[in-house]
This record gives sequence, C-alpha cells and structure tokens, in this order.
Amino acid sequence: MGKTIAEKILSYKSGKNAKANDIVIADLDFVMGQDGTSPLAIQAFNEMKAVRVFDPKRVAMVIDHSSPSPLQGVSQLHQQMRQFASEQGIILYDIGEGVCHQLLPEQGLVVPGDLIIGADSHTCTYGAINAFSTGVGSTDLAAGIVSGKLWFKVPETIKFICNGKLPPGVFSKDLILFLIGDVTADGATYMAAEYVGEAIKDLSVEARFTISNMAIEMGAKCGLMEGDEKTVAWVKAHSQRDFELVQADEDAEYARVLEYDVSDLEPQVAKPHTVDHVAPVGEVAGTRIHQGFIGTCTNGRMEDLRIAAQILQGKKIAPDTRFIVAPSSRQVMLEAMAEGILQILVEAGAAVVTPGCGPCVGTHNGVPSDGENVISTANRNFKGRMGNNRAFVYLASPATVAASMLTGKITDPREFF
Amino acid sequence: MYLKGKAHKFGNDVNTDYIISGRYKFKTLDMKELARHVMEDLDPEFYARIKKGDFIVAGKNFGCGSSREQAPLAIINADISAVIAKSFARIFYRNCINTGLPLVECDTDLIEPGDELEIDLNQGILKNMTRGIDIPITPLPPVMLKILDDGGLVEHFKKYGTFNLTEK
Repeated sequence: MGKTIAEKILSYKSGKNAKANDIVIADLDFVMGQDGTSPLAIQAFNEMKAVRVFDPKRVAMVIDHSSPSPLQGVSQLHQQMRQFASEQGIILYDIGEGVCHQLLPEQGLVVPGDLIIGADSHTCTYGAINAFSTGVGSTDLAAGIVSGKLWFKVPETIKFICNGKLPPGVFSKDLILFLIGDVTADGATYMAAEYVGEAIKDLSVEARFTISNMAIEMGAKCGLMEGDEKTVAWVKAHSQRDFELVQADEDAEYARVLEYDVSDLEPQVAKPHTVDHVAPVGEVAGTRIHQGFIGTCTNGRMEDLRIAAQILQGKKIAPDTRFIVAPSSRQVMLEAMAEGILQILVEAGAAVVTPGCGPCVGTHNGVPSDGENVISTANRNFKGRMGNNRAFVYLASPATVAASMLTGKITDPREFF
Repeated sequence: MYLKGKAHKFGNDVNTDYIISGRYKFKTLDMKELARHVMEDLDPEFYARIKKGDFIVAGKNFGCGSSREQAPLAIINADISAVIAKSFARIFYRNCINTGLPLVECDTDLIEPGDELEIDLNQGILKNMTRGIDIPITPLPPVMLKILDDGGLVEHFKKYGTFNLTEK
C-alpha cells in the first residue's frame, strides 16, 4: 500500500515505516514561536532545566502579533524573547520584519520535505511548498527547542481534488473559504489535508499559501500540496538549501476524497462569527462596511496588494469607511513601495501599518467599535477576534475587500476583472 | 485521578479566542489574571459562577482555532478540574495534556447544565449523579496518559531530558 505526503515525510523524519494513526517521534527541521506563544515556551524551557536549544540556526522567534508593542506588559514579554534569542544565538525577527508565516518561507528557512512545528496555529501555511508543518502550543514548542524532536500521531489524509479553472475575479481565498464551508470547522480534525487538481496547479505559489494557511480552519493538522515546477522555482529563488519534492503514491490510502469543479465558483464571504459560515458574495452584498483590512499570513503578500491596487488605482475609498493595510513582511513592503503599489493604496485612503499581524488578533492597529462591520482578508472572524465582541467580521479575498472599500458596502469584485 | 463537580454547559466549536481572548493573552503571563476572563465573550458571568472542581461541558470541536496554551492554563487557573466534550480540536488537545488539564470525550447530550458529575479518570468512568447514569468515555491514547501520569510535558522532560514514550 502506498503512502500519502504526510505518511512519507513522517516516515523519513522518524526513521519508521509510518502509517496513519501510528505514533512516531520525529526529527524537526525547523521550530518557530511568535510573541503570543514564545514567552510561555521560554518559561517551560527554563522549568525543564534545559540549558541550550538543540540547534540555534533552526529556531526562530518572531515578534509579529503585537508589534510594535502597544502596552508595557507586552514590552516586557518582547524583552524576554530578545534576551532569550541573544543568550541562545537563535534567529530573532523583531518588530517590522513581518508575519512569521511569511518570513519562514520568504527567508528560505523552510523547504519541501521539511518537518516544521510552530507555536502558532497557522503554521500549516508551508504545506503549500510541500512541507509538513503544523501548529503546536508553547510546551510542545519548548520540547522541540530542547530536543529537536516531537511526537506525532501520523494523520489520516483527506484529499481535495479541485478541477477546472477559477473564473476571473475569483481567487484562492474564495476557493478555501468554499471548501471550509463545505466540510465545516471540524471536517478535517486530526487529519492532513492534501489539495490537488488543475485549479491548484494553476495557482501561483503565493496564492497557494492562502489555501494551506487556512487548513487549520477545517481542523486539519497540515494543508499539503504536491510540489511542481512552480514550487521548485519559488523555493530556489528564496532558499540556498537542497531539497527533494515529496509526492503522494498513486495507491495511497485516504480517509476521504472530495472532488470539486471550481469553474462556476463565485467570490465567497465567511459571515460572522465562524469561518465555516460561508456564503456567495451576492448573499451579503450591500452590507454596510465600516472598516476594511488587507494583510495577515493569509493575504498580505505582493499579489494581494497588487490586486487591491488594481481595483483602487486613481480612486478613493467610500466616505465614512476606514481602510487598513499591513504588508506581510518588510520585503513585501519594500517591493510594494518600489512598484508604486503603496502609493496607490495610500492615495486611495489606506492607513498602512507595520508589517506583521496588524489588527487581525485584536491587540492593536484597528480595533472596531460596537456594532461595526469589518471586512478582512484574515483567516478568523470569531466574536471578539479583532478586539471587540460587539463587532462583526466578514472574511473575503483582497479583491472583495478592495471593491467593498470603494462602495462602503460588501461588493462583488468581478466587475473589475 | 478522581474528580467531582457541577457541569457548566457550552455549545459546539468553542474556539480558543472565546476561552481566552487575544486582547488579554498577549499582555501577561499571570494566568490567575487571565483566568478571570475565561469564556468572557460567550458568558461574561461565567468566571463568577465557577466553584472549585467544576467542569466545562461542551459539544463538538472544543478548543478549535489558535494554538494559545493560555487557553488550557486559563481554564486550570479558573479552578475547572476537567473539560468534557463530544470532541476536541487537535492542538488544544495536546496543550491540555502537556499542561495537565484532563479531557474527557463522551456524549455530552447526556449532561444538562448544573448536573453533578463524578469522574474516575484511571477507571475511565463518568457518572452523572443527577441523572443516575454512567456515560461511556473514549480512553486517552497511551502516549498521552504517559505524559499526564508524569504531570505534564515539562515534568516529563525534567525526568528524562527528552521524549521517553516507548514504554507505557
């Protein structure tokens, strides 16, 4: 019997013939924490009486969630991270460098075939470049930092075959929102997701990250894609490391196989207050929007900013709306400046904030007020997510957010494409 | 481990943002302070109603969303002795075992708010004393029992210096 991508990577990394539901202890290629999770991991590291990290070149801490610090308490926690990084010689990305899930692939730290843990649930993002990456909590992170290993239950795999071509004005964000709406928030719990098919192959690597990023929103442990020539070209442009692609066997065993034709897919919106509460844009079109946000590990990349600029060029956002943009990294911000994209967005009325998580997690940078509606390119719309449990968050593609900023209402972006 | 307390009931898909909101968890490592805000966005009065040893009882996919370990820690520090649900999200599940918060998977439709429950984790028995019924529970995987028995992952590492999960 053949193997899935998840079974293959966990077999290589554990030295065992790993099949779904086995428990393995596997070697980690990279370990990452962010400012919401690293301080507790440092505490656990100290409580474990550990002295050194397993390999400082393979451990990174990223200050991205509340960055720059909005509060004294946060500043103290950031300081603990800086001190630990300095003592241990690990990689530290301080304020303004960007979102952890943009940085690890962009800086060439992770490549196909890797096994990565990150103390952030959206660590599943690197599945888009054919790596097994998954989110863990702070104590698992500490164990990984100390030993370079973690125990895993080898996940069963749910395969999503996406046939056909996405229509103009419909993007990878719409596709993943649709899939989450279809299988629901726990449709892939304890499983690896594999996303395959013509519609996935057609996507750029940047657009693929959006899909793998949201695998956790269907409960999945990782969101894997097969590697192809686009993967190889993208990774080689970002990393000096050698790698080999890992493909699923023809006769691999899947827990479920779901097949879709995306040719007629419409732009999708996740309505408050759950990510699987998904509807075609038409169903919510006209809903008054007070604030729009483009950014995050889901949709803050160059391609996303270009799409927004294409829609907003030479125009102004609607009166009585606010528009926040957070490039996902310093490099993205620099590219967007060089291309004139930021100029277009700022002239249209955008408030550009520090590369990082921006207002996504509700700590700073644009907490909505009571009763307000926000449309965002982020990956979560839970009640209170953006810092106010009396606000309403809609999730959509950068195109839908940009189109909605022009009208002040949720707007179908397809007329722009 | 023998646990006894009253049931506080919640619905399906309770995410970690609801367990402890991001607007609190980034500020401090003081878990007693975070505990005061446990489940606040779902029920602002919840913390005030907890009696030491009580249980959170929920539907499916409890603990979905972010990887924040502050979620189980806030629950522990709110004096909740275990979470009982139809199913749990994966990262939360691991975090609970690692931090020493017991989890029980069972059919929670058989539990109503305020029911008196008794759990014997070693025997794998949940008794609903109010309704006079025994509810079958799904046993924890052996590796997780080993970590729980050691008192969580920090204690496990203090003992062995690395993972030592091959022996039950």
